[in-house]
Amino acid sequence: MSELDEFRRTVEAWFRDNRPPEPDFLLPESFMEVGSDAQFEFLRNWQRKIYDAGYLGMAWPREYGGGGKPQIYQDIVNAEMARQKVPFVPNTIGLNWAGPLILAMGTEEAKKRYIKGILNADDIWCQGFSEPDQGSDLANSQLAAKRDGNDYVLNGSKIWTSLGSYAKYMILLARTNPQQPRYDGLSFFLVPMQTPGIEPRPIKKLTGEYGFTQTFFTDARIPAECLMGKEGEGWKIAMLTLTFERGVTGGQAGGISRVAPGLNDVVELARRSRRDGAPALQDPAIRDQIVRFMIEDQGDRLCAKRGEIAALCSERPNAIGLSVKLRVSEHRRRLMQFALSLQGANAVRFVGDSSAIDGGKWQRGYFNAFSSTIGGGTSQIQANIVGERVLGLPKD
Amino acid sequence: MAQLSNTITFTDEQAMLLDIATNFFREKSSIATVRRQIASESGFDRELWGEIAELGWLGIAVPERFGGSELSLADVTAIAEPMGRHLAGTPLISTQLFIQALLAGGSEQQQRELLPKICSGAIGTVALFESDGDWNLEHIGSQAVIAADAARLSGAKTLVCDAAVADFVLVSVALDGAPALAIVKAADLPRERRTRETVIDETRRAWRLELDGVSVAVSSLMTGDKARAALKAIRDAALLFAAAEAAGGIAGALETTVEYLNTRSAFGRKIGSYQSLKHTCAEILVGLERTRSHVYHAASLLAAGEDAEVALRMAKVEAGDSFVFAGDRAVQFHGGFGFTYDCDAQLYLRRALWLQYAFGDATHHRRRLAELLLPAG
Repeated sequence: MSELDEFRRTVEAWFRDNRPPEPDFLLPESFMEVGSDAQFEFLRNWQRKIYDAGYLGMAWPREYGGGGKPQIYQDIVNAEMARQKVPFVPNTIGLNWAGPLILAMGTEEAKKRYIKGILNADDIWCQGFSEPDQGSDLANSQLAAKRDGNDYVLNGSKIWTSLGSYAKYMILLARTNPQQPRYDGLSFFLVPMQTPGIEPRPIKKLTGEYGFTQTFFTDARIPAECLMGKEGEGWKIAMLTLTFERGVTGGQAGGISRVAPGLNDVVELARRSRRDGAPALQDPAIRDQIVRFMIEDQGDRLCAKRGEIAALCSERPNAIGLSVKLRVSEHRRRLMQFALSLQGANAVRFVGDSSAIDGGKWQRGYFNAFSSTIGGGTSQIQANIVGERVLGLPKD
Repeated sequence: MAQLSNTITFTDEQAMLLDIATNFFREKSSIATVRRQIASESGFDRELWGEIAELGWLGIAVPERFGGSELSLADVTAIAEPMGRHLAGTPLISTQLFIQALLAGGSEQQQRELLPKICSGAIGTVALFESDGDWNLEHIGSQAVIAADAARLSGAKTLVCDAAVADFVLVSVALDGAPALAIVKAADLPRERRTRETVIDETRRAWRLELDGVSVAVSSLMTGDKARAALKAIRDAALLFAAAEAAGGIAGALETTVEYLNTRSAFGRKIGSYQSLKHTCAEILVGLERTRSHVYHAASLLAAGEDAEVALRMAKVEAGDSFVFAGDRAVQFHGGFGFTYDCDAQLYLRRALWLQYAFGDATHHRRRLAELLLPAG
């Protein structure tokens, strides 16, 4: 047996044996939905345990706390975590955005200060890109960072800060020069959340849970060394950060950041649900609907595959990439809605009701599905983008 | 739920072929040409057929020893897609179905006799459907009875494409209660037994064949497992080509629509700037992308000799529904002009309807997919 095969078997066994027992509360689907102390502590402990076992940051340099191994080892671990559907690791912004960025362009001191805390979940990171009035238009960020001696003074507000109440640091996009054109006046900071004048206030979501904060900055003073790169390079650095998220340039420390019910779980739900005294999965109308979802789902997986073959995308090379969010997020929203319909009269029960199917995770999942059809550009904005940038239709 | 493969392989040869075929049909099958062919009896241009034969496209999936180039169905897909895009009328698909049946179920002698002829330009077709409209290829009303060395056929077949120009017609019949296929030569199909049918896609030619009085030599039959294998091969190829042609058709319908939305103004602005139209075009594009991905996946499985039933049916469902939606919206978005025969949108809608109802519509295939993918319901 090859070394990698052996490693795969060890990993499989480790996650099987060390998977934490199901808690008596409903776990969130992703780091964006962590809304209670109990959920947070549970997930933070889980991340620590995985790191201590050597399964996080495997491809990051040893001198900063990583494993110094080839990326393939981490890929194997990630795949196994997804396969076994173990809980996700909560420090997503740190592992996927801040960490890779610091390793790519941070100072030696920054690497020593931040990397290990990202991996062992001592230091949770959050992200301050969006602002209350700007929607998806990040380049229009208005939060002011004014240089004053050896400090920057921050004033303004950021919104949709996941883990805002638990984070120790924030990656922040702020305007250092309001006179310059919108892309040029921005800078990028690593901000300690404990700074006086920074106040995260939880936002109650349509699910009834608290998963985000709005973060207010009132004359918050941070040292100038918090600046990442040079002043005015903020937009460029933010875009670089987004490439880490998409895995384009690699570098993520691993783990999975989401454990959401999928199509297989819906099929299984249809098997458990009843229609006219029989499993709902026997109802021809329901079967037809499930097959529709399967064809869509498979179509999207195949689009990802076809996207790698240039000759099959030559007419509109950007079509698959620019439509993926629209396709996948809308598919998910409708799938979750369908999952509710399978439950018959029980569809109206919600998290907190002792008779809710699976603790109400489907109902909550449906509401949470809007985070992808709204967040990062609504489906309507996405459809405009596809119409204009892919098909060449005139602007609104 | 079954684990589905996501293989897509695309060779340099296919890429080259796709490129050549795209240019070929763009040049040879302009909308003006397509409209001219509508008025013609055969629905296609003999000269164009000659060029197709010369390019080696007829024998593309035929082994070299029979005069072909020994590539695969996946390579024919790269031709069918641009052909669908330009609504080209040719008996290429009919001929490919005939070839696939012969390769899967024909005897060595049948293959040796017919395949070289096909490769050099002869036309073949398949006669499978009857007046009840049933898509199940093994539900056959027409009969064959063997007497001495001959099989006497009876009954009637409908929606037989290109029957008037075909040199060979492969006819499905019931023989002793089991499916069988009879190779009928053009000379044995008297003209008076053929009636042209009026079909929704005017770029296609379909015929009704009366079989009473038609006989073939017993050596021209495929029976038993061979007949079943041939029917399966026909179905596989038909689903693949229908989906590939539809993928091209969606692209054509979308292009026509987008061009109009970029030209026509109403209430002081280009109508393509209205979100209700723009968003629907985005939806059509999503259908196109998903369809193409399904098509090339199914083609890859077939070329590799793997079980492709799920992939083919999925491709046909996505293609059928997406193309009908694209054609339907294309007519609507052209407004008053869209209601006229002069508008090209109707050509795509008619083609979309033809393909949707060829070899099983989306509902039909979803029902079968449910059996395959959701067992023990």
